[in-house]
Amino acid sequence: MLSAYSYPKFPYVQSEEQRTGTVKRHPVVVVGAGPVGMTAALDLARKGVPVVVLDEDDTVSIGSRAVCYAKRALEVWDRLGTARRMIDKGVVWKVGKVFHGDSQVYQFDLLPEPDHKIPAFINLQQYYLEEYLIDDARKTGLVDIRWKSRVLSVKQQDGSVLVQVETPDGVYALEADWVIACDGAKSSIRKMLGLDFVGEVFQDRFLIADVVMKADFPAERWFWFDPPFHRKQSTLLHMQADNVWRIDFQLGWNVDPEEEKKPEKVIPRLKAMLGEDTEFELEWVSVYTFQCRRLENFRAGRILFAGDSAHQVSPFGARGANSGVPDADNLVWKLKLVMDGLAPDSLLDTYSDERVAAAKENLLNSTRSTDFITPKSEMSRTFRDAVLSLAAEHPFARSLVNSGRLSTPTTYVDSRLNTPDEDAFAGRMVPGAPATDAPVETADHGAGWLMDTLGNGFVALYYAGSEPVPAEVADAMAGLEKGKVPFTWHVVTDRRRDAGANALVDVNGRFAERYDAKPGTVYLVRPDQHVAARWRAFDASKLNAALNRAIGL
Amino acid sequence: MSQLVTENRLASPDDFYEALIDTHRDLSAEQSAMVNAKLVLLLANHIGDMDVLKDAMRIARQGV
Repeated sequence: MLSAYSYPKFPYVQSEEQRTGTVKRHPVVVVGAGPVGMTAALDLARKGVPVVVLDEDDTVSIGSRAVCYAKRALEVWDRLGTARRMIDKGVVWKVGKVFHGDSQVYQFDLLPEPDHKIPAFINLQQYYLEEYLIDDARKTGLVDIRWKSRVLSVKQQDGSVLVQVETPDGVYALEADWVIACDGAKSSIRKMLGLDFVGEVFQDRFLIADVVMKADFPAERWFWFDPPFHRKQSTLLHMQADNVWRIDFQLGWNVDPEEEKKPEKVIPRLKAMLGEDTEFELEWVSVYTFQCRRLENFRAGRILFAGDSAHQVSPFGARGANSGVPDADNLVWKLKLVMDGLAPDSLLDTYSDERVAAAKENLLNSTRSTDFITPKSEMSRTFRDAVLSLAAEHPFARSLVNSGRLSTPTTYVDSRLNTPDEDAFAGRMVPGAPATDAPVETADHGAGWLMDTLGNGFVALYYAGSEPVPAEVADAMAGLEKGKVPFTWHVVTDRRRDAGANALVDVNGRFAERYDAKPGTVYLVRPDQHVAARWRAFDASKLNAALNRAIGL
Repeated sequence: MSQLVTENRLASPDDFYEALIDTHRDLSAEQSAMVNAKLVLLLANHIGDMDVLKDAMRIARQGV
């Protein structure tokens, strides 16, 4: 083998409460140690909350699975301190090419502008990603991951959830103030609660193969409609770490999935694509079907659903893990404020409101891509083929070609946590939008990034430009910093020479440009790095009101 | 003389495409062909410019 990942086997350890037969109460139990569950656990631990994670397995993801991780998910992991390893190990990319037959019809760039810390996308086998998250969660000393622990039942009680867990030593019970169900598309917790998970099932199958080979394809997403090596179907190619390539072949509905997984069926398909002389080895093969569906509400009392347990999308557009991670990002700060008694319980309802809105957007995009890739009627196929045949020469048709609209973060336009604009602003940084990055310099750390200064608590940004900061601004901000809700502030300035300790120097004017900032402009940014409010002039009472509104008061 | 525009003019191409496919939902092949024919006639009348229409008809026939 050119390369082989050796799967860790995490030791099962009997918990003390099972050994002693006592029912212990925990603040938070996360079910599922996948990317979403581990993100939630790590975020809670970073906020000082001890977490128990229950997982029925004892290793990481088998095969590359999710593969593509988008900028916003990486920004969440960067806030938690884990993204660097992922980016260093992964393959950074931003260009996608679409082919029809053997000619290229279309090309896109997912991050055409410069000056962002985090790339548009990386490709990385899911097993590495999970390994890094598990590793970092353990280092916090606050995350107790219990392997070989299957949830048998959950029961909502007054003020807690009683969870029955089965391990190799039998069954025991534990109590949790809150349960975060990250137990995947087949979520058993969802089934235990009898919640509807409805939507669309697509009649198509895809073969996924992780192939180890030395190849000279570039680090780009290549998608073929009707390629010469796989007629009448589509194929997708992604470069991953360690010379592993991910190839997805569309198979159609009328095939036998067990048969298609056999090497004697897979290898000829790969040879047709890669050429008879290319040496490769198969690392992992799977056949999948897909569905687009979601829960009506991501909250059921003290049980909160995040990731695939709450919403399932087709894989085109990389909107699965990339929308699950922002679920955790959205949930954890709210849960912490509610646990600390600083925000009302109803703040958790906004988790569902905001993330259901995101799920709707992801489902719409993923359904449309699927309808284009897997046309459901003859006429739909005719239109699809007409678009493709026009696309090489006629630009309008290129904008109709849909090989997957790749994951972008959701702006919570209708969230009741937003303070609506009173002043006119240009650009994308509307209340509810995920904050965008800009290069900044600080007195302590020198050259850095705006995103490094945002998140975890609330952050206010006061844009001074080349003017001084009025004393009343500094006084009011200092007052808010003494409050119980985590809050810090920064001056954004053009004046490097007399920048104060908390100042961010807008080194090349990107902040002013991307935030449409003029001297006196104020932004309030939430702990999940989404914009909560903004004004053209500082007003302490308005800032205070916006902060209260953003925590559901 | 007007020119056929082949740059994108749709504010949301994905919205249009979805609406187009929905227009054909649950129709037989014959019914769909009739819908398409009516659609072409309606749009041709809306465009109303013979040079543009001839250009579009020429491109549409290419490679078929």
